[in-house]
Amino acid sequence: MASLKELSKKQDLLSPGHRLCAGCGVSIVVRQVMLATENPTVVACATGCLEVATTIFPYTAWRVPFIHNAFENAAATISGVEAMYNALVKKGKIPKDKRIDFIAFGGDGGTYDIGLQSLSGALERGHRFLYVCYNNEAYMNTGIQRSSATPYGAHTTTGPAGDVSFGKKQDRKDLTQIVAAHKIPYAAQASPSHWNDLVTKVKKALNCGGPSFINVIANCNRGWRNDTGKAVEVCRVAVQTCYWPLYEIENGKLKINVKPKEKKPIEEWLKYQGRFSHLKRPENRHVIDEIQQIIDRDWERLLTLEKAHQSQ
Amino acid sequence: MAKRESMTGNQVVAECMRQINPDVVAAYPITPSTEVMQIFAQSVADGLVDTELVTVESEHSAMSACIGASAAGGRVMTATSACGLALMWELLPVASALRLPIVMTVVNRALSAPINIHCDHSDSMGCRDAGWIQLYSENAQEAYHNIIQAAKICNREGVWLPVMVCVDGFIISHSIESVEMLEDDEVQRFVGEFKPRKPLLDVDNPVTYGALDLQDYYMEHKKQVDDAIQSSKSEILKVAEEFKKEFGYEYGLIDSYMMEDAEVAIVALNSTAGTSKYVVNMLRQEGIKAGVLKIRVFRPFPADEIREALKNVKAVAVLDRSSSYGTAGPLFLDIRSAMYEADSKPFITNYIYGLGGRDIGIDELRSIYEGLISSIKEGKPARTYNWIGVREKV
Amino acid sequence: MTLKNKEELPLGGLIEEAGNAAEYETGGWRTFRPVWDFEKCIQCLTCWIYCPDSCIIVEDEKVKGADLRFCKGCGVCANECPPKIRAITMEEEVKFKK
Repeated sequence: MASLKELSKKQDLLSPGHRLCAGCGVSIVVRQVMLATENPTVVACATGCLEVATTIFPYTAWRVPFIHNAFENAAATISGVEAMYNALVKKGKIPKDKRIDFIAFGGDGGTYDIGLQSLSGALERGHRFLYVCYNNEAYMNTGIQRSSATPYGAHTTTGPAGDVSFGKKQDRKDLTQIVAAHKIPYAAQASPSHWNDLVTKVKKALNCGGPSFINVIANCNRGWRNDTGKAVEVCRVAVQTCYWPLYEIENGKLKINVKPKEKKPIEEWLKYQGRFSHLKRPENRHVIDEIQQIIDRDWERLLTLEKAHQSQ
Repeated sequence: MAKRESMTGNQVVAECMRQINPDVVAAYPITPSTEVMQIFAQSVADGLVDTELVTVESEHSAMSACIGASAAGGRVMTATSACGLALMWELLPVASALRLPIVMTVVNRALSAPINIHCDHSDSMGCRDAGWIQLYSENAQEAYHNIIQAAKICNREGVWLPVMVCVDGFIISHSIESVEMLEDDEVQRFVGEFKPRKPLLDVDNPVTYGALDLQDYYMEHKKQVDDAIQSSKSEILKVAEEFKKEFGYEYGLIDSYMMEDAEVAIVALNSTAGTSKYVVNMLRQEGIKAGVLKIRVFRPFPADEIREALKNVKAVAVLDRSSSYGTAGPLFLDIRSAMYEADSKPFITNYIYGLGGRDIGIDELRSIYEGLISSIKEGKPARTYNWIGVREKV
Repeated sequence: MTLKNKEELPLGGLIEEAGNAAEYETGGWRTFRPVWDFEKCIQCLTCWIYCPDSCIIVEDEKVKGADLRFCKGCGVCANECPPKIRAITMEEEVKFKK
């Protein structure tokens, strides 16, 4: 259990002066992740908002070694860095007790979609690294195009709502479960609203001895059309509605970390966001019901899974 | 002391990698380079090297991991062919622009479609603009020497660029050749300890690799790459000089064979240069002043040296084992461009040959020389752009 | 800022001054600024952990306010200040321009 007083003594490893939007959820996520690190850390980052806005030459916001290679290969890139670390330790060029940790960041575009192969390969090979997906549920950096993380019914620029369309017609992909199917030691979902949960998960992930993955919901006020000040609140409501359950899978065992006493109706989550405003139209009412059904179904499945895992 | 061994080209490449003992190798198998990785993997499995072998899930990830590993600060090598190289394409300019000294053997093979596993140069020619140094190898012996030199060139101050060593698929990669192999310690001593530059793993001095450049800096960084590859000529020659001093083998940017008094010449890359030399020997016996100009270093392009080598030739055929569809062969384009500044300009024709592994034989090469001789006699150049060995309506 | 020549730049587009983005001030983006009422502030540091711009100044475990060189005025700090405390208000930037 981390305390804010303790954490506040550590220097931010992401400096101010980066050019992410005001109220960007991504930098909140990254700050919390980096505050949780306990060893020198090398970061790789997929192309996307985070990389673009934090490393505009000649400025970098990174106070740790950082590499951006391309869009779809953050996992492969960090696996190369980790392999070199192992090689140099083996050759005695880096002392054995000089532990260095490795983190890759990617958005949902770079992780769920174009970078999925690279991620899958690196997870299967067992490199010791943490992959953090900052999931803002669309290709925000290129202008809010739909991704496989975009939820059912959301408006995006390539899946817009219109006279005959209610937005995205497909459900989200469950990437956390796909990742967990790689049987890696640690996989989790987190939210910046629950900083303590997130920080704890990052510490666990970095110390699990192998590949780890944390899927973190991160608001994008441009794409979600929410007030900038509500960046954290909207993520909190995602957890409270069970839209974004916080859970972890540690050595194959699933545990739900936050179970809302009272599951808020999904409208509570939708109402913050302009990307769902078209659902207020009477002809789209069914979409809200369907979203609720999806959430309920997935939440029940998760509870069942947890029960099964915990009784093992 | 060198020892002579019978090995396939791929065995030689893998053995060379074992002798160099790189820190990280990341690779994905593809015909005809697959054996390089198989044999090298056995060296890893037998503990003959201390390399971290990253058996990635694609060539894209192979080059991505090589870039990560190289930026981390150590010696990195890989090998690939054809479609694998094409899949890496996106990352090739990343490697050169981040100034990462990666050595990659390209066992040349045709690009799809139609799918074809045999030799041509459409793969390496397709990425000639990526900012990589490209060395071409006539045979396995040369591939061996080129890789050893590449490991040194890439790591030289003022170079800091990745190097591609090209060798013909199947023709060389799968043929058994008698090769003079150096001793392990000789190779180790020659390539030397790898000197990292601003490594990611120097966590006390954190650097950012791969930042975003906008209009204000992109061109300066790209010009840095061009400056480096242009000036790498002198470093390539210095390394060749050191290699000669150490082992006695002589290498330059180009290799002139019987060119001193040649009136007709073929310019070629890789194994076809070897076949052409054989044809030249025949022609010389018949009193024909023929020669071969083999291009060893294609990038940086040795325009001055080529101009000098071709200055007294009357007619030249440039042989391209790939085509820049819609214009002509890439080697031809560069050579004709180089000759624009020559005092006396030979006739220059282009032959596209050998795509997808189609054999080019002695008779065909001979006919090319004969065509050059006819054009001199007639006093007018032959047709500029030709495909040789294709069945087509005349 | 004078732009450098290619000869003055590190090779490979590297940035060798880690965290030098702190020389680039983003405070000019702001239309609202957070104002603390330290009478009310309970020093819970909630504003600090949620700031997207690493700009809440904390010294000896105490919040001192926002570094206005960087604060983009997003309002997350004010929004996240515990409901019973509400020590931060977002005030229009023009009020401070004299």
